Amino acid sequence: MFHIYCPYCGELREEEEFHPRGQAHLARPADPEACTDEEWGDYLFFRDNPRGIHHELWVHSVGCRKFFNITRHTVSYEILETYKMGELPSFTAEHSRGNSTEAASRQAQVAQQAGVHV
Amino acid sequence: MSQPNRLGQGGRIDRAHTLTFTFNGKRFQGHAGDTLASALLANGVDIVNRSFKYSRPRGIVAAGAEEPNAVVQLGSTEAGQVPNVRATQQALFDGLEARSTNGWPNVQRDMMSLVGKLGGKFMPPGFYYKTFMAPASLWMTYEKFIRKGAGMGRSPAENDPDIYDHLHQHCDVLVVGAGPAGLAAALAAASGGARVILVDEQEEVGGSLLDTRETLDGKPAHQWVAEAQQELAGMDNVVLLPRTTANGYHDHNFVTLHERRTEHLGETAPLLDGRRQVRSRMHRVRAGRVVLATGTHERPLVYANNDVPGNLVAGAVSTYIRRYGVIPGRRLVLSTSNDHAYRAALDWHELGKASGREVVAIADARANPDGELVEQARALGIRIITGSAVIEARGDTRVSGARVAKVDLEGFRVVGEIETLACDTIASSGGYSPVIHLASHTGGRPTWRDDLLAFVPTLVKGVSAAGGAQGITATAEVLADGVAAGRQAASDAGFEAASVCLPQVAARRDGVACALYQVPHEKATLRAPKQFVDLQNDVTAAGIELATREGFESIEHVKRYTAMGFGTDQGKLGNINGMAVAARCLGKSIPEVGTTVFRPNYTPVTFGAIVGRHCGELFDPERHTALHQWHLEQGAEFEEVGQWKRPWYFPQVRPGAANSERESMAEAVARECLAVREAVGILDASTLGKIDIQGPDAREFLGRVYTNKWAKLAPGRVRYGLMCKDDGMVFDDGTTSCLGENHFLMTTTTGGAAGVLEWLELWHQTEWPELQVYFTSVTDHWATMTITGPEARKLLAELSDIDLDREAFTFMDWREGCVANVPARVFRISFTGELAYEINVQANYARHVWEALFAHGEKYGLTPYGTETMHVLRAEKGFIIAGQETDGSVTPEDLGMQWCVGYDKPFSWIGQRALTRPDTSRTDRKQLVGLKPRDPKVVLEEGAQIILDPNHAIPMPMVGHVTSSYYSPTLDSGFALAVVKGGQQKMGETVYLPMADGQTHEADIVSPIFIDPKGERQNV
Repeated sequence: MFHIYCPYCGELREEEEFHPRGQAHLARPADPEACTDEEWGDYLFFRDNPRGIHHELWVHSVGCRKFFNITRHTVSYEILETYKMGELPSFTAEHSRGNSTEAASRQAQVAQQAGVHV
Repeated sequence: MSQPNRLGQGGRIDRAHTLTFTFNGKRFQGHAGDTLASALLANGVDIVNRSFKYSRPRGIVAAGAEEPNAVVQLGSTEAGQVPNVRATQQALFDGLEARSTNGWPNVQRDMMSLVGKLGGKFMPPGFYYKTFMAPASLWMTYEKFIRKGAGMGRSPAENDPDIYDHLHQHCDVLVVGAGPAGLAAALAAASGGARVILVDEQEEVGGSLLDTRETLDGKPAHQWVAEAQQELAGMDNVVLLPRTTANGYHDHNFVTLHERRTEHLGETAPLLDGRRQVRSRMHRVRAGRVVLATGTHERPLVYANNDVPGNLVAGAVSTYIRRYGVIPGRRLVLSTSNDHAYRAALDWHELGKASGREVVAIADARANPDGELVEQARALGIRIITGSAVIEARGDTRVSGARVAKVDLEGFRVVGEIETLACDTIASSGGYSPVIHLASHTGGRPTWRDDLLAFVPTLVKGVSAAGGAQGITATAEVLADGVAAGRQAASDAGFEAASVCLPQVAARRDGVACALYQVPHEKATLRAPKQFVDLQNDVTAAGIELATREGFESIEHVKRYTAMGFGTDQGKLGNINGMAVAARCLGKSIPEVGTTVFRPNYTPVTFGAIVGRHCGELFDPERHTALHQWHLEQGAEFEEVGQWKRPWYFPQVRPGAANSERESMAEAVARECLAVREAVGILDASTLGKIDIQGPDAREFLGRVYTNKWAKLAPGRVRYGLMCKDDGMVFDDGTTSCLGENHFLMTTTTGGAAGVLEWLELWHQTEWPELQVYFTSVTDHWATMTITGPEARKLLAELSDIDLDREAFTFMDWREGCVANVPARVFRISFTGELAYEINVQANYARHVWEALFAHGEKYGLTPYGTETMHVLRAEKGFIIAGQETDGSVTPEDLGMQWCVGYDKPFSWIGQRALTRPDTSRTDRKQLVGLKPRDPKVVLEEGAQIILDPNHAIPMPMVGHVTSSYYSPTLDSGFALAVVKGGQQKMGETVYLPMADGQTHEADIVSPIFIDPKGERQNV
């Protein structure tokens, strides 16, 4: 069972409080009517299934009801960061160790909440 | 009653405290401190079970969780039955009753063993698959007999009288295993101030220190264990849990601990102060750091007939002698690949000599063993046969001899003469496997270490291993490693690294072990007597060899084909040996073959502990409306809709019935339906989802999530809307009312309420955060009472100050006012097709208003109705229910609801684009129609498949299915809603519905609106 840091509540909570909502950063095309059938089909049905770093949309459904994103490693299941809507991940497939000071600050926040030194 | 194998002294048992127990109906005695296994061995019980597949007699092999054979059924009463108990882990208590789980008519004389003896060659791996494959239809029949023959215990047929708890725990450091490494780690972590939980699965903490020959600070090791335990018990920041197994290591340091609190006291939990104690607790622990101090499991050697009772793992022999004062035989032969196993022979010799026990010989596979323990054995005059191993056990129901020969390990062959030694016990040791099960649960693949001849755990973040669990075996090093692991874990968790004073242990010089798993036999593996790898699942070396010959090269495939490491055993004794056999056959090394994955649970966990208190009434929450008590008083029958309890129908006493017999469901529903169509009925509709939507962009938002238009809906007006996913498929519907320019009240289906709210939040938060709109669930705040029928207006007029004039308060209007002197919102909407008012009042006024309606309603024939009548009435009008007429593959157009689609709205609303995809614009999609059975007495089955040609050869092409079907008292006929391919163009055509009983029903495709197609009745 995951231990998930809600970036809005600022707390680590049990997975039971959350719902996963699939792949993150899927933008609905701005003008759907201008999409070809193939483009619309891609948006509707096609999802990544990477081995490694994956960005996921979750909702704190029985907590603050906020949607937010998780960067999770699909092999180790480690959650590398959670971040609010509108923010960008600092851990990506290209930068698996985190590409900014943001990464360190996000991990430090979680560690502080957990009372753990990293 | 004598205990022939009980030593006169020694061990951690209380000889003054005698306990009586029965095994397979026979009475025996043991002592406090015994396990069931040690007591059985003390009494000379050789056969404890029959094997899974071949029904061969089996005895006790090990002394702990790794025991594969002594899996017994406990319980003197039906309710007290417990299957799958390892005798080695069950503390003896007075009155314990245990039975073998396999064997017919009994374990001593088993009919099935003929199969094992004669049929060995006829039962290769995959035997059942190969033999019983055809005809497939009979597999279910075969399976019953095979399962019965397999026999792995049975669950009780009566309710469990015991209670079980769940506890949620947090700690800084969780230490699993309280042997030397675990005790040291816990002391180190706790001394630094960390909150520590220390668990151990055994009756006492101490692990290997309870039967070691070594001394700590010159004193028996158990004295240091007692001191360490006392020190930990005195610390406020330590929770010490004996009799507790860490069964599952889940993601992010979430560990489940199963604490057995009373199983050493009796088969059900005894009373304490007149109240039943909790039998077991499941601790759900979120740990900052985890230290795995789980020790090792000794590997037995794989030689011919190594399953005959009297074959034991070497370490278990020492455990029984030193910890339980039980010597499990008279004449011992030890076969070993390493020094450590010598202690079995030394213990047997030193402690058994007085009672006439003898070590016949030690067969050591190494050419020149020279460690300290070897020298001790030599000094005692024990015969050591070097470069040799036991290649075969002799005996039937008990070992009678050991065939020993020189073995060429490189060439995998027997060389030289074979000597047969008379003995009744063979102890074997092929080395020590770190217990890596928990580390594997999180997905870490173990790493092979050639220097240790073992897999060590690959650890994920936040966990470390200490002592035997990572291949360290010398006691002094294990203690030091435990301290280091405990200090590191505490420091990682933010605590000071404290120092711990460790006891002095004399260093010991051990010789190098050799790699020996399967022992060669003079015959080839496939022709030699059975060499068992996995005793619990009856997997032999020959079986594995055959599997590799048949092309199963991946160890995961070999495992599934042979069943090695399956079930409750989880490969504790056999896995490495199995891999070694596979590696030999495939010409690979063990790390190249790789290992299978261990999965939770480490040992079986009773369902009671998993369920905890979440059973009976507490299994799932129930939701009741504010009027629930009234419904109960009226004798309503209830239907579950999600977690809601909704009145299904209200059966009345049959007029004139002498014995106050009540109506059947059909009678009640017919009466309720006619009351609505002819007078007035009332429904508790409070469970409908209600979402309050506010904000300057609320109207724009509604336009994007609903299929139809919302731009011009004026305050005081109500509109029905359909909601689609972006794939164009309908997923919910309901009405939304305009309460003010920036304020709306949305209703959803009862079951869809939470999902719709999350859906709205999803789109607002992730796609359109610029829209100013807020959503609040108000489902529970309002009670909703629907009065409907031709008399509804007259009834409401008696109680309300609202102007109900049909021109002033028109269909799809809502008004605010008072009903029964309570502030109310009244919505003139209809789900029955009749004149209807939905009265919404604050939930705590519900009963007052409801009863006021009845006080005035009697003269109008006011009749309460339930969900069944609601369904019939709405279906007669062709009104859909999302989730019944729709299943995630139905568009608004399929439902014929183009009138509810705003094709020219400026914003491309959710679902619009998908409606022009080639698949959604097909004309032969399944479309909603009505079905009128030719025989009006027929009520079609919901879900029945529809065909066009009843004479078509099977398989018949299916063109649709029935979605809703009822008897209509108004039509005096069955009728149905259905989806049929191209159905909207097939009005008037005949379709057929073949049923499972061979009948075929005939029906005509008609409009889905069966009553009042022009919609005049709701406007009276």
